[in-house]
Amino acid sequence: MTINIPQHIVEAIIRQAYGELPNEACGLLTGLNGAVKKQYPLTNTDHSPEHFSFDPREQFKVLKEARADGCKIIANYHSHPASPARPSEEDIRLAYDPDAVYVIVSLAEKEPTLKAFSIKNGTAEEVTVTGN
Amino acid sequence: MAKITLNDEAQEVTLPLSLTELIKANSATPEMVSAQLNGEFVAREQYDAIAIREGDEVDILYFMGGGQSS
Repeated sequence: MTINIPQHIVEAIIRQAYGELPNEACGLLTGLNGAVKKQYPLTNTDHSPEHFSFDPREQFKVLKEARADGCKIIANYHSHPASPARPSEEDIRLAYDPDAVYVIVSLAEKEPTLKAFSIKNGTAEEVTVTGN
Repeated sequence: MAKITLNDEAQEVTLPLSLTELIKANSATPEMVSAQLNGEFVAREQYDAIAIREGDEVDILYFMGGGQSS
């Protein structure tokens, strides 16, 4: 399984993550067939450095815009300001959507790290991220 | 039978049917999703009381949350 995230979108996600420190940042990625076309930063309604929740109304707004573009929501993302780019127990516990790709950007090291995962039945498997 | 649209896809359902029953019939758990009915956001505590009708457009999205805490 792979997901293609254009470099400019990877950079935008990382910029958002730094911009929302000390809190976690989050958002959605829309596209088709595993290829991301657009990034939508969303509000972390928890406003927390250790947790995030999406605003459902913002999720629906993105859903409508994606449909208007002929796309789908294919991934979500959030940042880990001080821990590695892998799903935490909390991420896995709350990963209700078996079809989503979960992108995590870690700011724990000097250089940010972005990885993607599929999470099904309590198990996370890394998804290869390609870019252009 | 009634024709509705669920997440932009046509679906036939048997009435009467609550929003809770529709969500469960589509392999989702009501507590894990947010819902819109005909473009209007529906509070989770109303899912049981919402009766699905012919022509309804329903969207459901999974709650998204998590974080580095564990």
